This record gives sequence, C-alpha cells and structure tokens, in this order.
Amino acid sequence: MPDGTNFTDVMADRQGCYHRKSDLSAFEHTCKGELTSIHRLTNLENLFRIRLLDPEDRKRFTFQPGQFVILELPGIGEAPFSISSPSSGHGDLELCIRRVGTLTNFLFRLERGTHVGIRGPFGTGFPMEQMHGENILLIAGGLGLAPLRSPIAYVQENRNLFRNVDIIYGAKHPSQLLFTYQYDMWRADDVNLHIIVEKDDPSWKGPVGMITKVLQEIFAHRDADYFQKTYAIVCGPSVMFKFVCAMLNERNIPMQKMFVSLERRMHCGMAKCCRCNIGSTYICLKGPVFDYWSVMNLKEAI
Amino acid sequence: MLFRVLRKEAVADLFGLLAESNRMVAPVQSGLDCLGSPLYAFKEVTDYYEISLTYTTTKIPAKKFFMPFRETMATFIVAGKDWTKKIDLNIDRPFVVFGMHACDINALNKLDKVLLGNFYPMPYYAAKRKNMFIVGIDCVPQPYCFCRSMGADTALHGFDIFLTDLGDHYFVEILSDAAFNFLRQLSVSEPAESDHALYVKTVSAKNNKFSVRVDTTDLTKILDMEFQSEVWEKWGKQCLSCGTCANVCPTCYCYGVDESVGLDLSRATKTKLLYSCNLIDFAEIAGGHNFRPESHSRLKYRYYHKHRGFVEAYEEALCVGCGRCGEACLAGITVPEVIASVRDQES
Repeated sequence: MPDGTNFTDVMADRQGCYHRKSDLSAFEHTCKGELTSIHRLTNLENLFRIRLLDPEDRKRFTFQPGQFVILELPGIGEAPFSISSPSSGHGDLELCIRRVGTLTNFLFRLERGTHVGIRGPFGTGFPMEQMHGENILLIAGGLGLAPLRSPIAYVQENRNLFRNVDIIYGAKHPSQLLFTYQYDMWRADDVNLHIIVEKDDPSWKGPVGMITKVLQEIFAHRDADYFQKTYAIVCGPSVMFKFVCAMLNERNIPMQKMFVSLERRMHCGMAKCCRCNIGSTYICLKGPVFDYWSVMNLKEAI
Repeated sequence: MLFRVLRKEAVADLFGLLAESNRMVAPVQSGLDCLGSPLYAFKEVTDYYEISLTYTTTKIPAKKFFMPFRETMATFIVAGKDWTKKIDLNIDRPFVVFGMHACDINALNKLDKVLLGNFYPMPYYAAKRKNMFIVGIDCVPQPYCFCRSMGADTALHGFDIFLTDLGDHYFVEILSDAAFNFLRQLSVSEPAESDHALYVKTVSAKNNKFSVRVDTTDLTKILDMEFQSEVWEKWGKQCLSCGTCANVCPTCYCYGVDESVGLDLSRATKTKLLYSCNLIDFAEIAGGHNFRPESHSRLKYRYYHKHRGFVEAYEEALCVGCGRCGEACLAGITVPEVIASVRDQES
C-alpha cells in the first residue's frame, strides 16, 4: 500500500473514462441543481422539481425507478430522498419531501431558483425489465407513494409491456393523499387504482380501514394463476411491510418477485458511514430495494 | 519477503533518516495511570529519544492520524441562491508511523478493504493511507490481548518495515522498495542461520504468552442462532451506550456528517465526525423512528457487524483483538466475555 515517501495526490490520477463507483474524485462530487418549481401537495409535503445545471452532470445522470439521491443544503446538512419522477427524465428530477426535520424544514423555506446539491443516484432500483409481461401490484402506504411514483411512471410509459396493473394506496386521512391530480391520469392509462384511508371525513366516499382490507378484497377475485404471474412492489413504513408481505406470501407470490424499499439513516450513500448498515449489508449500496427473500435473511430489516 | 538484521543502536539512525523529510508519528509515554503504570499514545515526534518502542498498547489507536475524529470534508462559499464547494483531503505531505504493532497494522488492512475497496473508495482515507510509511514493531502480549484468536497477531502485509527484537539486534522484514532504499543507507546485514532460528524461537515464545482466547469456530452461525438470546439484554443493561469502545477501536470507521454555517452567513463547513453504533441516535431516522432504541440492540449490532456481517463480506472479523475496548469500557464489558457468554447459550 505505501509506496514510498513521495507524496501521492490521489485525486490526480483521474481516469479519462468516467466510472463514478471507482473514481476517488467522485466521492464528494455534488451536482448543482436549481429548484425550478415547488409544488405544494399537502400541508406537510411538497414536490420539489430540480434541474441539474452542469451539462456533463445532466448527461451522466441516469437512474432506475427506486434509486435515491442525497440532497445537500450547504451549511444545513444532507439527507437521502428517493426519486419520485420518471427515470426517462435524465437531469430533471422530482423529490416528494415531507417537512419533518431540520433539513426539510429549511428546504420548505427556500424559494424557486435556489441552488441545491445533489449527489447520486445511489442504491438499487426496481428491476422493471424483469417484470415485463407480468401483472404488477404497486402497493404504497403514506409517504411510500413517493418512491412508488417512479415505477408507476415507468408502467405508464410502457403500459403495453404489462398485464394487469393495480395501485393500492393507503393513507391516514383524505387530506394526506399525495398526487391527487394524477389519479384520473393513472386510471385513464388502464391502471386499477384503489385508495383507502384509515380515518375518513365527510367528503370521503371511498373505503375506510387498513391497506390489508383492500388487498383482501382484490385478492378474493384473483385466481392462483394470477399470483404466479405477478410482481409486487411495496413501499411504506416498515410496520406495513410485515402485514402486506405476509399477505402476499400467503398467496404464493414468489419471494423473488416481491420488492420492498427500506428506509434507513444515511450520511454518505456509498457504504462508508455505516449508518444504514444491517449486519454488513449496506442499505445504500445493496438496497434500498430488496426482494423479500433478501429481507428475510436480514436480521431486523423490517 | 527480504530479511535483514539491524543493530539496535542503528534504529535511531533509521528514525533520523525518515525524519529528515517526513512527519513522524510514534508511540510515546504520555503519563501514568492511577496505579502508576505508564500510559502510551501515538504522537507526532521529532526526537527519537521521545519514543518508546517497548510500549504495551496505546489507549487510542493511530487511526486519529489517517481517520481523524473530526475532519473537514468540504467548505462552501454561499452567495444568495448560489454557492461553490471546495473539497480538501487534509494532507499535503507523507508521514511515517514508527512503531506500530501487528494488530494495528492488521486493523489498517481491514479498513483498506472497506475504504479502498472496489466501490466508492474514500479519498479522505486514501490520500493519507497512500502517503503513509509504516515501521512495525513486535510486542509482548498483555493480559487483555486476544489478537492471536482473531488471526491478527502477525502482519503479513500493510507495512514497509517490521522489526522484531532479537536481543542485541532487530530482525527486519522489508516489504517496499522505499524501505529497502532507506535501509541501504544503514549498516544492515544479511541474517545468519542463527538469526532465523532465534526469530522463530522468539515468535513461538510470544505465542505462549497469550492468556485470553476467543473461540471463533462457527461464530457467524452461533450469532445468528442466538439473535434473540436473553444474554444480549444482560449485556445491554450493563452497557452505558457511551461509545468509548468505538472511540478506541482501531477498526471502527462509521461516521456522521455535520454541517455548520459561518457567523457571517457566507461560509459553510461540512464536517465528518467519527461516530459509534452504541450512541442512541445511530439508526434514528427522520420523524423520530429509531431502529435500535434499546442499548442491547445497539450493542448486539456492534457484535453482529464485527463478528458476523464483516466475516460474511470479507471472510474475516472486523476485530483485531487488541483489547482496547475492554480496557476502556467503563462498564467492564470485554469482547472475549461477551462472545463466550453467547457461545455458552449453545451448550
């Protein structure tokens, strides 16, 4: 390792070909992005549209549905957010963010045109190509719709490649429903949208209860053949995973066809800070998307 | 590997040669503990006579020189809605660690696997690691040392020169051309047959001095079997969640990132702070959910990462058996005892 006492500048030997995962100078590379629009979704959540400014960054920035970026506000901090926009949108991305901590509260005070830092994309995505020709269950609880919106967009763009598509979305209260303006569009693309809330209000016409209730109703009308030809993507709080995955498992959806996206604290996104580690599996590197078999083998994953 | 022998007096000359153009880091006696025993620390030195090559174990490993507890990763200049970022790897010249024990060299080799491995190598570590010259030195096993159980009692690579005390001279292992060139300027000689024999005898005498052992047979499976064991709760009750063990561990590398704004609001700093998985908010996420709220779940995670997960990933444990954590632990928790208690659940 040490090759003498001449000083070695580790950043100097940057290779001509760009390979982010092995390039030392890529570690702290922050793409500068501009907040092009701030779309208010609910009291607590906004959709931030971000445009990467550097043409080189824009060219390189490609991602898969399910991957995440780390958003940095200089002097305030940084945190991981899954990308909520279609993967076809190279250097333009959308992040659906809830106001909950120091960083996000500061973010909500920013104006259009402010520059933010974006590192990534990091982690694994949902293997959409594998799912071609099959049925898809897209299941989201609460803010879980944020990471799910990217695979939903993929399905919309490639609707011919999928059979039956269901979106099952559960929220605590009708006022907390996200992306309400898109529901008609999803339905028009021949996607079955089922929404359930835990607590209703007078204006609510739909079903009330837990998300498992909708699943039960849907599953009652599907045969064994359907479940063998079905992929499921589940995003939401970890308590939801336990119940939903158990239900899917009961119906014999193969474990390798069920995907979840795990949430963990992260300070680097590159398997170095250890904060997202479970055993020695870095969620930022081997996840956040895991199939259910991998989750079963991770102690304390859900 | 090339071997030489070096007269003991010539070690000062070796130090002098290296010190001519390099920063020197070496073990020194930094004080006495309450029982009057010497305390040792790695410090930057200029004079050979400050250093203590017969030191036992430093309280804090040398990692503070290549993985500082607090390190500035980048600075920002903020102007209105825009900013610029400047990255600094915090090193401008090579340095020499003069007198590192085998366990600490092995700790570096383990860190290399994570921090210089084949994905996202870390420039802050790489810059220091690639500009390090290491002189290893043999040691006498202490009552808390279990490096032999962890396979870290000898260093096979990761150093430039390794010195083993053979009485009136040192047996020298040479691993780099830079080291070879330095030694050429000193009066070194080829080892005789008798030196080889003496070296083997010295090493085997050292091997007989270990008093603690850790049985690592099938440990990964046993840890999986005992994941729900009550024994973890027992240790959890004892643990103060203070993070001292990570502080003194030569292989602990986890960190947190903290950003701050300058008083004139035009500058910002991004700082990396070494962390500990025993601290309460280690796995806490936005909204307040904590994946490991109880002290026993955090203590257990520490052992699972070091003795199960890392083994799964790299076929070796993330522990070199230096015993620092057990010595430093205010609650008296030691690795050999914890692992023995988990193993006991199986019998």
